Amino acid sequence: MKRKSITEPRTSHTFDAYTNSEIRRAAETGIYDIRGGGSKRNLPNFDDLLFLGASISRYPLEGYRESCNTKVILGDRFSSNPLNLEIPITVAGMSFGALSAQAKEALGRGASLVGTSTTTGDGGMTKEERGHSKQLVYQLLPSRYGMNPDDLRKADAIEIVVGQGAKPGGGGMLLGQKINDRVAEMRTLPKGIDQRSPCRHPDWTGPDDMEIKILELREITGWKVPIFVKIAGSRPYYDVALAAKSGADVVVVDGMQGGTAATQEVFIENVGMPTLACVRPAVRALQELGLHRKVQLIISGGIRNGADVAKALALGADAVSIGSAALIALGDNDPRYQKDYEKLGTTAGSFDDWHEGLDPAGITTQDKKLAKRLDPKLGGRRLANYLNVMTMEAQTIARACGKNDLRNLEPEDLCALTVEAAAMAGVPLAGTNWIPGT
Amino acid sequence: MTILDFNKLSLRDINKTLQGSDKNSFFSIRNPKGSHALAVGINKQITVKVVGSVGYYCAGMNKFSDIKVEGSAGPGLGENMMSGNIHVTGDVSQYAGASGHGGSILVEGNASSRCGISMKGVDIIVKGNVGHMSAFMAQKGNLVIFGNAGHALGDSIYEANIYVAGEVASLGADCIEKKMTKKHLSKLENILSNANVSDYNLDTFRRFGSARSLYNFNVDNAKIY
Repeated sequence: MKRKSITEPRTSHTFDAYTNSEIRRAAETGIYDIRGGGSKRNLPNFDDLLFLGASISRYPLEGYRESCNTKVILGDRFSSNPLNLEIPITVAGMSFGALSAQAKEALGRGASLVGTSTTTGDGGMTKEERGHSKQLVYQLLPSRYGMNPDDLRKADAIEIVVGQGAKPGGGGMLLGQKINDRVAEMRTLPKGIDQRSPCRHPDWTGPDDMEIKILELREITGWKVPIFVKIAGSRPYYDVALAAKSGADVVVVDGMQGGTAATQEVFIENVGMPTLACVRPAVRALQELGLHRKVQLIISGGIRNGADVAKALALGADAVSIGSAALIALGDNDPRYQKDYEKLGTTAGSFDDWHEGLDPAGITTQDKKLAKRLDPKLGGRRLANYLNVMTMEAQTIARACGKNDLRNLEPEDLCALTVEAAAMAGVPLAGTNWIPGT
Repeated sequence: MTILDFNKLSLRDINKTLQGSDKNSFFSIRNPKGSHALAVGINKQITVKVVGSVGYYCAGMNKFSDIKVEGSAGPGLGENMMSGNIHVTGDVSQYAGASGHGGSILVEGNASSRCGISMKGVDIIVKGNVGHMSAFMAQKGNLVIFGNAGHALGDSIYEANIYVAGEVASLGADCIEKKMTKKHLSKLENILSNANVSDYNLDTFRRFGSARSLYNFNVDNAKIY
């Protein structure tokens, strides 16, 4: 008997399984999906760049003998006490409230062990965090939750947060289930209610106002501590220029892979620019103003390893900042909690409902029992190990390129694997001298 | 009394002197010429009289101090103040008392838009009118308005109280008129008395606050936002 030809099931690229599940979820719940973290899309990123290494035209440095400087000074433009960091990797702002007190303490401990800074977040400064952070950056956020001049004067630097890579132009939301007595008190709001973090500052709007706001902060702190301005990577050329013109000592540019405690999935995945695309326009803005290396540039959003650090610095950044990666180092999404993740309907590695406060790793929670799962000392040690490894990896690459300072890496040390990455990073497509767009 | 004159001293000189002064000192600042960030970050019980108008963020983030401006003030007067008092004899621009945690602000003239935005415990008394979006997302404290209030008063308000003697152009999302109880009348009287305001008629004031219907997200409220 003749066999019938059977057509394979036709799956759609437009309506794939994930898309269909989201449509069903929206139809069932009537609300958009909220989650933590940054973009999970397959975006052009630092993996699309390669270092060329040294050969005849350039000679390398010996890996275990010749030094490669990793120190960086942040904020010496106007402040009398800039940050002196041992490594060019800082820990990004994450709030007490979004994170447990133990997690904040662990971040402070880890950063301090390797001589770098950590950063507060929405909700103010906790004593655990200040006590365990040798160099602490205090964020001035639109909500001004927990903002007070005493803490401002305790800070080693101040970061004016204009935007965040995960949600350029968007505010935040800390859902009521994470608002316990301590979080509520620090934010001057009732326990258990959702807390909106506004998208704009309450007392200024444009760059001219921001310049005066920076003046006020300097007058309050006696021109001692550096003023950072953090922006989302959406229009980095213009926004970096405006931040520098407004008097910032340091500009932080956060690409769309940068995480958030909670916002809409549609926002995270559809607003902003990949971190890779933000670096060169930001550097160009500073170069054209004659401020490159005078106003330091920190790049954040999806930095994972020493290669990412080296690539960001080669493109012109002075330092990078990590958030999500630091949480993973502490134990976020660790496979040892796989069964607990499954109970939440997810898996180790995919958990991103940080806003619900049920984190099995005890990091993005205010639940006392869960929070106890994180030992701040051990967490701090793990973060320090990770930061050390990243630094050594970056040094390995820099020496191979013949550089005795991480910041001597340059775009000429790089080539790109894709046309897109070549255009975004402004480096040649591998094997050619073609830089698209130039 | 020590006189600090902008014709002879820089902003840094003047702020440094105020911030480093002894408790109970009394300063008179002359020729301020609309300077920004004047008398900010003071952490002591001192008295400062500014003769003339000031720019942005006058008396920002202060604790304990008494600041009087004999003139008008620019945007962000007393932003994030923690305690103490501010008295402005003229008008004030946008965002007066923004995010203020405590203390009191008395404005004898009018206040522009977003007066008391995100206030967290400060008491603000405006003898004239206030602009639109005043007390936006106000968390705690009291905004007392002798004149009229602009549109969207108290939009997305939390636990702050608003008292208005004049007309209200419109209320913002989740802000409603509430019953003026004896307790609230007494509270209002205390606020005015503490600020040395005497020419008022409590019966003319109405009270506004949060309906608390937007405190926890509900998709059925989406059209309100």
